[in-house]
Amino acid sequence: MNIPTNLKYSKTDEWFDPSSGAMGLTDYAQEQLSDIVFVEILVSSGESVKAGQPVASVESVKAAAESYSPSSGEVSEVNEALAEKPEVLNSDPYGAGWMVKLKGGTASDLMDAAEYEKYCSERSH
Amino acid sequence: MTYIPHSPKERDAMLVTIGVKSLEELFKDIPAKFRFPDLDLPPALTEMEAAAELAGYANANETSQTFVSFLGAGVYNHYIPAAIDHILRRGEFYTAYTPYQPEISQGTLQAIFEYQSLMTSLTGMEVSNASHYDGATAVAEAANMAYAQFRGKRSKMVISPTVNPQYRATLRTYTQGMSLTLVGDDAGANLDGGPETIERFIDEETALVVVQYPDFFGRIYDYTQLAESTHAAGALFCVAVNPTALAILKTPGEMGADIVVGEGQPMGIPMSFGGPYLGFFTTLKKYIHKMAGRVVGETVDNRGQRAFVLTLTAREQHIKRERATSNICSNQGLLALASAVYLSLLGQTGFHQVAELCYHKAHYAAEQINKLKGYKLCFDTPFFHEFSVCCPKPVAEINAHLLEHGIIGGYDLGQDYPALKDHILIAVTEMNTKEEIDLLVEILEEVSHD
Repeated sequence: MNIPTNLKYSKTDEWFDPSSGAMGLTDYAQEQLSDIVFVEILVSSGESVKAGQPVASVESVKAAAESYSPSSGEVSEVNEALAEKPEVLNSDPYGAGWMVKLKGGTASDLMDAAEYEKYCSERSH
Repeated sequence: MTYIPHSPKERDAMLVTIGVKSLEELFKDIPAKFRFPDLDLPPALTEMEAAAELAGYANANETSQTFVSFLGAGVYNHYIPAAIDHILRRGEFYTAYTPYQPEISQGTLQAIFEYQSLMTSLTGMEVSNASHYDGATAVAEAANMAYAQFRGKRSKMVISPTVNPQYRATLRTYTQGMSLTLVGDDAGANLDGGPETIERFIDEETALVVVQYPDFFGRIYDYTQLAESTHAAGALFCVAVNPTALAILKTPGEMGADIVVGEGQPMGIPMSFGGPYLGFFTTLKKYIHKMAGRVVGETVDNRGQRAFVLTLTAREQHIKRERATSNICSNQGLLALASAVYLSLLGQTGFHQVAELCYHKAHYAAEQINKLKGYKLCFDTPFFHEFSVCCPKPVAEINAHLLEHGIIGGYDLGQDYPALKDHILIAVTEMNTKEEIDLLVEILEEVSHD
């Protein structure tokens, strides 16, 4: 399982990059969901969001899930390319699979990579 | 599958497990006097007596089998080939419900897949779901889809006053509590004009525009221009259709529709006093994730053989919960099958022929009625197999007179449209012979003299 150390993690399996403001689904989450066939970003550029607010709706071949904002702030950018290529959430969750970028807010109480790894391994039993 | 009821031994074992002495003790919370109430029923009948009594009740009904019918208004009297019932009643098919363990029911899935394919080619659209309850609920699901498409951010829907009044009522029932505004069909709406009359309601707040084709009065309009105006405002365009008419008319797909829905009853389903019917729902591929209902897809199994599956199920409410487009994913499996069998038996040529017969017979009837003193066709717009006539007397009076002569008359438009008092909507299908049409014309003339 890939858990980059430069990112922060939420209990609802989103990653957050405090330096760029980008967020997305973790590798753990995409693996649990299996093949992702549809993603809809629920917020638009310029919209202000609260931490914990749903920002994306994801459907895989076996489940549907929502992604929640790991931080408050204003949406500065939305990854429009995901609508056409939802499968990048599986293949490149921390890169091309970013969902939205946020600016000017306060992140929730997030985990670092080591804490998140422990959190995931506890759930897999 | 064999159904094996519990044996007395198994029941005793269960009672011991839960610590209850007898079956009666399980029901002790129900006061004894209510457990076996005296139902005050008449003496029991033998099967032969019961059959005779029930047949007596059934025979009290007057139907399209015993009467000549010119009643339409959304439900039409068409010939139903005998083979349909034979196929429907096969044990493999004879359950009206959507399969819960779908992949084991390959036959059912294939039948739905064929149905979906037929519906998309009929409407000129790209995808179809496995069906809804009826035409009215299919229209309402179009509203749900448009609402979901814009994530509730567009709060207005424009509906033509010439959409079936029952569809409009159902749409209002489904959308109450969704903080939507439905406009375009208020009581004073202009009924003489074409599609352009609702154009002025379309704006940036509009999620959906709904029209009917042919409209409730039987009229045929090309909606291409209206579809363009709808798209210019960023909204979705929905057309509710009569499937029989599509056998000979330009498809809504060609006009630029985003959603095409309709009542499937004319395709091999009996009128049977109002249901069960079939709602079909088709749309474009780009909207498939927002479409309600089940979808059957074709794939290959692990041995490379053609197989059918329920696909894109994560859209549905049992998985997506409140974010799903609709809280209904039931389909009318048996009736969808009936329509698929109907279209397959008739083929493209046969279905075309049914539509042509309807068209020509209706035009013959309209022409004859229009010649009668006191009667006049309301509109000079092209029509399919149904037309509105302004009458010299109240429609109820005319229909009562027709009934005396074994004819079920037309639909009284005044009950839904106060402006159309004394207007009758007459439907003619392939089932009506020239003699029957001539008799209708004769009686209509007779009534006007009374």
